[in-house]
Amino acid sequence: MRSVFLGTAPVNDSQESSEENQRIFAILEREASRPGPLLPVLHAIQNQLGFIPEYAVPIVAQALNLSRAEVHGVISFYHLFRTSPPGQRTLYICRAEACQSMGARALESHAKQSLGVSFHGTTQDGRYSLEPIYCLGNCACSPSVMIDKTVYGRVTPERLDELLAEESGPEYGKA
Amino acid sequence: MARHSTVRVFVPGDTTARSMGADVVAEEITRLAAKPKGSVEVIRNGSRGLYWLEPLVEVEREGERFAYGPIEPDDVPGLFAADFLNSNDHPKALGSTESIPYLAAQSRLTFCRVGITEPLSLEDYEKYGGYKGLGKAVGMAGDEVISTVTESGLRGRGGAAFPTGIKWKTVLETSAEQKYITCNADEGDSGTFADRMIMESDPFVLIEGMTIAGLAVGATQGYIYLRAEYPLAIEIMTKAIAIAYSAGYLGKNVADSSKTFHLEVREAAGAYICGEETSMLESLEGKRGQIRFRPPLPAVKGLFGAPTVVNNVITLASVPIILAKGADYYKNYGSGRSRGTLTVQLSGNIERAGLVEIAFGQPLGQFLEEFGGDTATGRPIRAVQAGGPLGAYLHPSQFKTPLDYEAFAEIGAMIGHGGLVVFDDSTDMGEQARFAMEFCAIESCGKCTPCRIGSVRGVEVIDRIRNGENEHMNLELLRDLCDTMIEGSLCALGGMAPLPVISVLDHFSEDMGVRDPKRT
Repeated sequence: MRSVFLGTAPVNDSQESSEENQRIFAILEREASRPGPLLPVLHAIQNQLGFIPEYAVPIVAQALNLSRAEVHGVISFYHLFRTSPPGQRTLYICRAEACQSMGARALESHAKQSLGVSFHGTTQDGRYSLEPIYCLGNCACSPSVMIDKTVYGRVTPERLDELLAEESGPEYGKA
Repeated sequence: MARHSTVRVFVPGDTTARSMGADVVAEEITRLAAKPKGSVEVIRNGSRGLYWLEPLVEVEREGERFAYGPIEPDDVPGLFAADFLNSNDHPKALGSTESIPYLAAQSRLTFCRVGITEPLSLEDYEKYGGYKGLGKAVGMAGDEVISTVTESGLRGRGGAAFPTGIKWKTVLETSAEQKYITCNADEGDSGTFADRMIMESDPFVLIEGMTIAGLAVGATQGYIYLRAEYPLAIEIMTKAIAIAYSAGYLGKNVADSSKTFHLEVREAAGAYICGEETSMLESLEGKRGQIRFRPPLPAVKGLFGAPTVVNNVITLASVPIILAKGADYYKNYGSGRSRGTLTVQLSGNIERAGLVEIAFGQPLGQFLEEFGGDTATGRPIRAVQAGGPLGAYLHPSQFKTPLDYEAFAEIGAMIGHGGLVVFDDSTDMGEQARFAMEFCAIESCGKCTPCRIGSVRGVEVIDRIRNGENEHMNLELLRDLCDTMIEGSLCALGGMAPLPVISVLDHFSEDMGVRDPKRT
């Protein structure tokens, strides 16, 4: 049988509090016995912590009988896994063709200007992270954005400003 | 009951309807209807796919549904003022939903319930013909089920168009203790949303299709590899699976057949390449989504080394109706070797964007006119990209091509997953060609050089051409590079990303900075 995490604490040289580690152990205990567990484990960590912290890598690797390099390789391969804390909210701008045909390029520049960050950046006050995304399946009402898990359609630059202001107060959305 | 019976009002709850404010509309209707208490029941149905009309509100009167759209939250008081529960007298009244020409002209087979039913109501699903296909399949031998699928002419709707029955037969005939059914729900092509619609609006049809596949080939475990970009689809599919388990449609004794089929959703993580079947399998195993060499085919050695069916959502969702109504019923739609229906997803710069399920064979231009109307901006159409980011940009001179796999292949294009994205004449086609290479560079899995390096060089060469640097030499280089990628890449990403580029070179060369097309 394959090695399954059994609940004993693996060696961990990180400085993180054991409480943080315990959360990772709890996730592993829940997910590790599934076939092909690495993606579900990483998703669960990111859902709980907002990102996959460095200290999680050796814990996950040991529990799943993988090398740290393998775990790191998977995290870095997938666009939606992140290794740094996100802002309070994440604004995803669709960059794909259907949205392009309805002005996504202009919307993208407007968003960057409004928030004062580039893609993969987080505003200085920590309110927003800005991420590109390639298709939300909302192509019939292009251009689209997603804030956390809510999709908005036919988003003009003005509409984006309204959405940001609704979510985060009037200082947002003033390019 | 002593009172008037409750009027049912439908407000779609799918991603696109919600993205246009359907949740607020539903709340407003519930709030304003509360006065004569209990007289209105608001149902969150799936979307009919008439997306330019979303949020599309429907009222049921004497068993017939009447549509209003697009309804914004501010329209709701007006609907009540016009007594929309009882009369059709409102400027946004569209009459009987089924008679709206866009819908009436379609042949909804795979999408027969989409937009009509409440997605998570198993009762609705069964009432509208659901689980009839499985009912037949449990009484048939595996190879009988597979012959029915083969005879129907069903081909993979994910893009590759491989005959589904032949794939299943290979899995059936490969002996192994464990086999798998995997559903590729990593619908990453821009301009496609049919998979999302099925999963959000009629999730049980996918569960039924996968269960039939499982029984047919002898697989006891299924996985739906579902895009992380579709949070609502993940939520609805997960709930539907739980409902199917508790109703005995999944588990150790599927529909009292004493056969086992387990199913689970696996969330992807935003890599386009995982829509390629071998990458998807790697990802399901918990690895980087890098493609595998073929052979062995996944049907022989797939997930965890076991024989595995890999099918797209629409393919699997088409299986129940084929079993329920027979191979001939399905095969009688379509043209040439493209049998059954095609789910076209019309989007981009077009007046009437939405989902159109029709028989194969209608010429593209006629289709665009009949269903799409003008562009959204009112300007002339410059190009249509068919089949996602790896599909060619079609010039209006090619619009007579019929919508079928072979006819599209003949002009160097593809139907793919059925997405059509319309662009108006303000589009810089050179920019679109550049994006095709840029996207390939972002999404390449890195395994083979033509794709990994070629795409990066492609962006650079296009930039040089557009800057007027050594235009003719660089154009020749670009064609050469496209050729290398097409011939030398391991999978369709590197192998097809050049297609949109070549289509721009062939038909829109003026946008690549070429002043005299004859000199290229």
